[in-house]
Amino acid sequence: MTGMSPAVVAASKLGLTFQTNDGPVQALSNVDLTIGKGEFVSFIGPSGCGKTTLLRVIADLEKPTSGTISVNGMTAEQAREKRAYGYVFQAAALFPWRTIERNVALPLEIMGLSRAEQAERIKRTLELVNLSGFEKKYPWQLSGGMQQRASIARALAFDADLLLMDEPFGALDEIVRDHLNEQLLQLWARTNKTICFVTHSIPEAVYLSTRIVVMSPRPGRVSDIIESTLPRERPLDIRETPEFLAIAARVRDGLRAGHSYDD
Amino acid sequence: MSLLKPSWQAVLAIVLCLIAVALGAMSKPEAAALVDPTASINYPYLGTKGLMLGLAVVAALISMVRIPSVAEAGVLFIGAHLVAWLLISGIAGFEGTALAPYFLLLTAAWLLGWRCVAVLSGLRPMAGWVRTALRLVIPAIFGAWILIIWEAVTRGAGIPFILLPPPSAIGVRIANSLPVLGADVRQTIFKAVLFGYVVGSGAGFITAILADRVPFLRRGLLPIGNMVSALPIIGVAPIMVMWFGFDWQSKAAVVIIMTFFPMLVNTVAGLAASGHMERDLMRTYASGYWPTLIKLRLPAAAPFIFNALKINSTLALIGAIVAEFFGTPVVGMGFRISTEVGRMNIDMVWAEIAVAALAGSVFYGVVALVERAVTFWHPSVRGG
Repeated sequence: MTGMSPAVVAASKLGLTFQTNDGPVQALSNVDLTIGKGEFVSFIGPSGCGKTTLLRVIADLEKPTSGTISVNGMTAEQAREKRAYGYVFQAAALFPWRTIERNVALPLEIMGLSRAEQAERIKRTLELVNLSGFEKKYPWQLSGGMQQRASIARALAFDADLLLMDEPFGALDEIVRDHLNEQLLQLWARTNKTICFVTHSIPEAVYLSTRIVVMSPRPGRVSDIIESTLPRERPLDIRETPEFLAIAARVRDGLRAGHSYDD
Repeated sequence: MSLLKPSWQAVLAIVLCLIAVALGAMSKPEAAALVDPTASINYPYLGTKGLMLGLAVVAALISMVRIPSVAEAGVLFIGAHLVAWLLISGIAGFEGTALAPYFLLLTAAWLLGWRCVAVLSGLRPMAGWVRTALRLVIPAIFGAWILIIWEAVTRGAGIPFILLPPPSAIGVRIANSLPVLGADVRQTIFKAVLFGYVVGSGAGFITAILADRVPFLRRGLLPIGNMVSALPIIGVAPIMVMWFGFDWQSKAAVVIIMTFFPMLVNTVAGLAASGHMERDLMRTYASGYWPTLIKLRLPAAAPFIFNALKINSTLALIGAIVAEFFGTPVVGMGFRISTEVGRMNIDMVWAEIAVAALAGSVFYGVVALVERAVTFWHPSVRGG
């Protein structure tokens, strides 16, 4: 599947070393990765394995110190300036002085869209994340799950083909998380976007992804890439099937092989 | 369930009243009349002494019976203030002659007032307008008792006018000098303070943005700004008078200097207050410096900016008044204070102080109201 579609993200020999007061820290080392259009790729690994850093490099929020990265055939910086992706952070990061509606409108305002166009897109994306009726609420009047959904709506509002999600549901409880995972899959099926998803939950990664990138720390590198054999239609109870459990076991093995539980 | 609910304020008030009765004379003329009944029958509280003591004791007793809180507060309110009014009006003409029972009775009335405020504070009314009324009534009673005690003590003990005039004298002075006070307010507040405040705060704000935008200003100016803001800036007032003349312009200059640095330092801190995640978010939208500033960093800085505006509202008033000590035309609040002190017109000084306090409170209150409207989203305003 990767070989067929044009690469949305292509990284080769990617490395990133942070200069800190305690000397250089190698966050990424020799990462080779190609992500095709319409894929749902999860990055999984223990803390400090560089999965978030990799996502930030794709988003041009960090500059790699070696290797190359291209997004939509451009450099990461050009892609960012063309607003090629929507980014969902670990926290909702909604502006408390703006209503949900105005928060979703934020990227549209910056892009200079007309009021009518903004209103149309706000309506459409809020429907997509099931937040219709909450347009005039302020973020602090909503629950954590609803806030995170609003932040997803904000990332979807300007119709980028690539969605980068950095542990978006990490701070939510499991019930809300299951629900949002299900909704995210539906959203992915409807919009046919390419999604890069950072998580540290094995079931979440297996449930969502078409491909799982297992990473290991010190230095952050890719230790395994697992193609999912699950169908695209995934009800929540697919998580009890032997097929699902087999993939989860492979992911777990991959994490162990990366010696990520050594310390 | 007992019929009584004793409160220590009421009990103590009754005890004080009893001691007052035991001690006898309320004032020196009364004591003299007691010693020599034939000499004179003109002394304070000739007919009202029993009334006052009775009122205080009865109000205290009723307040301890289990009646509705509103009724209890009402009884206490009437009792306390009637006693206080009788006490203060009765001493007229005999200032400085009060003896211990006078002060005991004052204390008893004050305790009843205290109990009244305590009962009112304990009320949990349903209706919104009652809550609003209570929010105003409780501090009003509190403030009134400061004035009552001030009035009763200065007159009862005969404190020299020059040390501390009674509030009634200050009130009379304010009422009689409205044109003069009005001219002073116009000169000091509407010219020097407002102009200096707007220009000083505005300049501090713009400089903070420039320092944020231009690295060399940030590195060069801010450390100096921090140093200058630690200087006693009021010391430059005489220099400003030499530079800008005697009129309000020199006072506005002092206010500008005083308000500039708090605004600069707070705005710079506020511009750094937005979170990393939010700034990264703006970066993912390829948002430029100005959109990020206007849509993210300035709203996030608003609580800091309003903090500076509130600090500046009081600093501006102080700066303008003190600056007038160093030379003004014959009008202005600072000028009036410095000259009337020299002429021993202490009531006029207090009148100016009262007007300045009122103007300062209104100024601060307006800024705080605007702050509530603008930073409604901040946890400190929306409450949690």
